[in-house]
Amino acid sequence: MFGWLVYRDLILAWRRRADVLATVFFFIIVTSLFPLGIGPERELLRSIAPGVVWVAALLASMLSLGRIFGNDYQDGTLEQLVLTPQPTYLVVLAKVLAHWIVSEIPLVVIAPVLGLQFGLSQNTLLTVMISLLLGTPVLSVIGSIGAALTLGLRAANVLVALLVLPLYIPVLIFGSGAVQATVTGTSPQAWLLLLAATLIVSLVFAPWATSAALKISVE
Amino acid sequence: MLEAINLSCVRGTRRLFKDLNFTVERGELIELRGPNGSGKTSLLRILCGLATPAAGDVLWDGENIRSLAENYSAAVAYLGHQNAVKDELTAMENLKISSGVSGHSLSTAEAQEVLAKVGLTQQQNLPARVLSAGQRRRLGMTRLLRSNATLWILDEVLTSLDSAAMDLSREFITEHMKNGGAAIVATHQDLNINAPSVKRLQLT
Repeated sequence: MFGWLVYRDLILAWRRRADVLATVFFFIIVTSLFPLGIGPERELLRSIAPGVVWVAALLASMLSLGRIFGNDYQDGTLEQLVLTPQPTYLVVLAKVLAHWIVSEIPLVVIAPVLGLQFGLSQNTLLTVMISLLLGTPVLSVIGSIGAALTLGLRAANVLVALLVLPLYIPVLIFGSGAVQATVTGTSPQAWLLLLAATLIVSLVFAPWATSAALKISVE
Repeated sequence: MLEAINLSCVRGTRRLFKDLNFTVERGELIELRGPNGSGKTSLLRILCGLATPAAGDVLWDGENIRSLAENYSAAVAYLGHQNAVKDELTAMENLKISSGVSGHSLSTAEAQEVLAKVGLTQQQNLPARVLSAGQRRRLGMTRLLRSNATLWILDEVLTSLDSAAMDLSREFITEHMKNGGAAIVATHQDLNINAPSVKRLQLT
C-alpha cells in the first residue's frame, strides 16, 4: 500500500511537472534577488546567506503544501484513502514522503549552486546541503498538518502560511544556525544534531496530528 | 451483520434524522429513499465510518465500527458522488494503482478483465481526463468489483450511466447478493434487483 501510494504521487507529479518547477524557480529567484539587490559586498552577502537560503526554502516549500492533499480532496480520492484498510498514519507518511521527494529534494540539490552567488566556501555549501536534507522533511511533515486542517477552505493558502510558518521557526533557527556556524569557522555539529532530533520528533508525532485533521476534513 | 442503533444526524442547526434503527444481514439489499437534502448521503457516510453521528452507534458483528477502525474498512466498499478517478492517469493505471493502494494488487491481465467487465477495454490506455462522465462512473465502479468487501455502500450509483451501464450495475449488485454480500443503495430510481431480501428505508 505504502509503495503504491508513493509511486502514484510520483507519477502524478511527473505528469504535472509545471507545478513542481514553479516551486524550484521560486526558490531560485528569491535567493538570486538578494545578491542583485544588495550588491557585490562579499562579507555582507556571506553573513546574510544562511538566513536567506533558509527563509527562501521555507517559503518555497510552503508554496507546495496545498498539493499534498488538495487534488485528492477534490476528486474524492482522499475519502477512499481514509477508508483503506490501513492506518491513516501510513497514508500520511506515504504522501509526506512523496511530497518531500517531489518538492524538497530539488531544493536541496539546487541550493549549493545558489550558495555560490553568496560567495560561500565549499565547506559551507556542504553544510547548507546537509542542513536542508535534515530540515526539509520536517517542513513537509509539519506542513502536512496545516495542509490537512485547511482542506476545502476558501483562503486556504493564507491560512496555511499563518498556521505553519510559526511552527517552522525552530527548523529555521537550527538550519541557518548550522550554516552560520560553518561560515564563522566553528563546527555545525550541535545545530545539525538538533535538526536531526527535530526531524525524529516531528516524524513520530506530526503524521498522527495530520491524520486526525484529515478525518475532520473529509467528514 | 451491520446494526444501526438510534442514529441521529445534525447538519448545522438542522436535524436530518433521529433515532434511526435498522439492521443489514448478508444477502440483504437496503434501498435508501428520500427527497434531496433528507440526509441520505450523510447516513451513508456515517455507515462507512467517514462521519460521526450526532448520537447513536453503528455496530459491525456486534462491535462498534469506531473501535474496529481499519478492520471495518476492509469489509466495506464505498462509492460516493465522486469517482475518485485521477485525471492524469490512464484507466488502467487508475485501476491498478487504486487496487494496490487499498491492499490487493492486480496483475495487468486481471486488471484488463475487470475493465472488460465494465466495458472500458477500448479506453484502457486513455487518460481519465478524456473519458465521459458515464465512463468515469464505470471506472469508479471497478472499485467494487475488485474489492472483497462484504458490504457495499453506494450513493446514487445509477447517475450519469446509460441504460446498458445501469443494467450492468444491477447485475453486479445481484451477483454480490448471490455471493452472500449486502448492499445499502441510496437511489431515486427503482433498482429492480432480485435479492433474497430487499428492505426499503425511507428518510423524510
